[in-house]
Amino acid sequence: MRHIMAKSLAPTDSVRDYLAAQEKKSLLRFLTCGSVDDGKSTLIGRLLSDTKQIFEDQLAALERDSRKHGTTGDDIDFALLVDGLEAEREQGITIDVAYRFFATPKRKFIVADTPGHEQYTRNMATGASTADLAIVLIDARQGVLRQTRRHSIIASLLGIRHIVLAVNKIDLVDFDQAIFDRIVEDYGQFSRDLGFQSIVPIPMSARYGDNVSGRSDNMQWYSGPTLIEHLETVSVEEAAVELPFRFPVQYVNRPNLDFRGFAGTIASGAIAQGDEVVVAKSGKSSHIKRIVAYGGDLKQAVAGQAITLVLDDEVEVSRGNMLVSPAARPQVADQFAANIVWFDEHALLPGRSYILRTETDQTSATVTDLKYRINVNDFAHEAAKSLEMNEVGICNISTRAPIAFDPFAENRTTGAFILIDRISNATVGAGMIVHSLRRAENIHWQSLDVGKRVRADMKNQRPAVFWFTGLSGSGKSTIANLFEKKLFATGRHTYILDGDNVRHGLNRDLGFTDADRVENIRRVAEVAKLMADAGLIVIVSFISPFSAERRMARELMADGEFIEVFVDTPFEECAKRDPKGLYARALKGEIKNFTGVDSPYEAPEKPEIHLKTLGRSAEEMVDALEHWLNERDIAEDQYDSGGGI
Amino acid sequence: MTIALTHLQRLEAESIHIFREVAAAFSKPVMLYSVGKDSSVLMHLAMKAFYPAKPPFPFLHVDTTWKFREMIAFRDQMAQKLGFDLLVHVNEDGVRDNINPFDHGSNTHTHVMKTVALRQALDKYGFDAAFGGARRDEEKSRAKERIFSFRNAQHVWDPKNQRPEMWKIFNTRIASGESIRVFPLSNWTELDIWQYILQENIPIVPLYFAKERPVVERDGMLILNDDDRMKLRPGETVENRLVRFRTLGCYPLTGAIESAADTLEAIVGEMLTARTSERQGRLIDRDEAGSMEKKKREGYF
Repeated sequence: MRHIMAKSLAPTDSVRDYLAAQEKKSLLRFLTCGSVDDGKSTLIGRLLSDTKQIFEDQLAALERDSRKHGTTGDDIDFALLVDGLEAEREQGITIDVAYRFFATPKRKFIVADTPGHEQYTRNMATGASTADLAIVLIDARQGVLRQTRRHSIIASLLGIRHIVLAVNKIDLVDFDQAIFDRIVEDYGQFSRDLGFQSIVPIPMSARYGDNVSGRSDNMQWYSGPTLIEHLETVSVEEAAVELPFRFPVQYVNRPNLDFRGFAGTIASGAIAQGDEVVVAKSGKSSHIKRIVAYGGDLKQAVAGQAITLVLDDEVEVSRGNMLVSPAARPQVADQFAANIVWFDEHALLPGRSYILRTETDQTSATVTDLKYRINVNDFAHEAAKSLEMNEVGICNISTRAPIAFDPFAENRTTGAFILIDRISNATVGAGMIVHSLRRAENIHWQSLDVGKRVRADMKNQRPAVFWFTGLSGSGKSTIANLFEKKLFATGRHTYILDGDNVRHGLNRDLGFTDADRVENIRRVAEVAKLMADAGLIVIVSFISPFSAERRMARELMADGEFIEVFVDTPFEECAKRDPKGLYARALKGEIKNFTGVDSPYEAPEKPEIHLKTLGRSAEEMVDALEHWLNERDIAEDQYDSGGGI
Repeated sequence: MTIALTHLQRLEAESIHIFREVAAAFSKPVMLYSVGKDSSVLMHLAMKAFYPAKPPFPFLHVDTTWKFREMIAFRDQMAQKLGFDLLVHVNEDGVRDNINPFDHGSNTHTHVMKTVALRQALDKYGFDAAFGGARRDEEKSRAKERIFSFRNAQHVWDPKNQRPEMWKIFNTRIASGESIRVFPLSNWTELDIWQYILQENIPIVPLYFAKERPVVERDGMLILNDDDRMKLRPGETVENRLVRFRTLGCYPLTGAIESAADTLEAIVGEMLTARTSERQGRLIDRDEAGSMEKKKREGYF
């Protein structure tokens, strides 16, 4: 390709005018979604091409690619313009969302082209989370499909209120109005309860451009707008500025002792110098002294602006808290109900601990109750014990510390959160808060006069939770028994929580599925915590195969109180010992979900005590445990008396 | 009170939000400073985000030793003027082996002096987050990338398995050795960048403005004869032509365009009528199909 000579230089004034006009244009963010092969990428290619966003060199590259990978014969395959990853072009599918930009004389657009395959639903959700309108594509030959429904439900849950129903490939059904009408009717029926404010159906052919930017001559029966006409004029403005003031504190800016500013983006409402604000979590009140911005203080600021606020007194505020309007405050709670979209191949398990992240706050959280799963085909509420990848459900959530929020339906910024796996750090789910749970508002912690310390002092010991983990038959119970005897002999107050015994009582309602195993551990951890609070030395002897649950148990206890003891006996040895004959049965397939056989055991990475049992006697190992306990107590006594740190 | 934010105000706020999120959530961030116009905008936004404080992270320039001389002069001048902490990293192994774009071609040169050099610098300082100026409108694999883009301990991007990125809630959690590349300009277009430079009066390298410069026509591109390391091939001559650059990189790999645009307004005017995309001036994108994605997976920005 030759180097090029830039063409006509516009005079300065007209450039300034042009730019001023650009600045006044509003922005519409939308996504294209729907099932595989409904023509999403082709439609975007068509939009970009019709609005002259494709440059000569890109067009040349596209022609090259179309010959190599294209699926449209001799024509240009527009999908190749947006399917930017090699794997996508090779397989002819869209894997991840692509963001494209275009403008017409009336409006600017950011479009998210999202994948149709069910396995990439999380990428569709990513594109939908920042969009105000969804174009739902339907292949006129196929009608409303399962993915059409799933995407519509997710769009609705994520707060999208405007839908364009693009009945595509209408050329392949001879531009038949009856087919179009039937699809529109089907979709209307199905989406009745999804809360959409507008659904605009348009018959089109993305490949040939009918009713995309130009009116089609092939469908005289259609009198509605073209796609571009509709996108240019649809009103989606959600007046975030009309909502109560919400300012999630993102960053405390403190360059020196004289300046302490709270930096963040106004989520909703407006603020002016001198206004009263309240710190959401503490309820403390203050006033705005300055609204700091580069280039000079502002008198006022509105939703969407990233500013720095200085208060007129020294109230305590840190990242994760919110400055809010005193007249209309957000909810502050540690228990609430939320819609969850699950992204991860490891299912959501009630009782398992995840990291919950709002725009600026972070805490750990567990799903206490999975109320139901939504069937994407008919909206039926189905009972479920776990939420699999790409499923949607409603859950009760309990957080370790209270968070400040609004219901998502009232505020898309302060009502949303994501869930993160504690070990892989993957983003495993997205949540939209429905409402807080009354329980959380009404049950407050009782402050008791006789405390843990007093109770432990009376027993002349320090509480501890020795958490024995290891395969079935590894020797946990034997060692635990011997250890307790020895502690008892030295005047310690102890208790053993044994896996088998607890399953006969407290946990008799639980089976051996992953979900039940998580709940099993959660209950035992809570009981161990109460016992430690009573001043006891607790010995927990549970297989506890998942590191996530052991970590959850650890976090329940006070610092230094949780002692993970890995009873490390190789699988072959356990199977050989097989004291209860269980391995023999599991290996024959008579017992399902047996740890080490068809259910995984995740070995601790950094246990406090690692007992390699092969070739060692139980007595030797108990000596090691006792030695460890004595060392800890001596270290803590020294620390308490200020002796030596 | 109803104040509708302009398009640029929205983009600016989004970028500032991203800057602050990184400063709050990471222990050792760095800004990759490439001296180009996007870097100039990025730097300006960083100054705004933390005002009245200075940005709480250093700026890193990965110097291939083949940048235009005017870029290096501009870089040093900006560092002095704005008072930010500037780190310059050169791949000394590459210098020792005399890796250069003329003898080794753009592919090898870019890999050794840019991609590998960047990995070296990130490892050397132990940065856990690095800002870059990439925009989604530049190239189609970039259009697919998240704002917070995860890298494993080997700095590898896995485009088939990106973390979902919902709303403005960014997952900033990583294990030790892993890192995040952060792109505050993801949603800006080339026009937005120029418009913002004009509006905010942001200084940029003079090479963007048209001027008589000594150039050589080679492989269909106009290459600036920036220093005596450039050897003429038989039949080539150095001519003075009125040219400017739409994008800046290593001088032997960056083509000039003939243009008389010597003001920002004229540049924007020219851009509005341009029929080729800006990366067309970059030899490295054309090496092979999907070349940008491949470079990005290996750790290129």
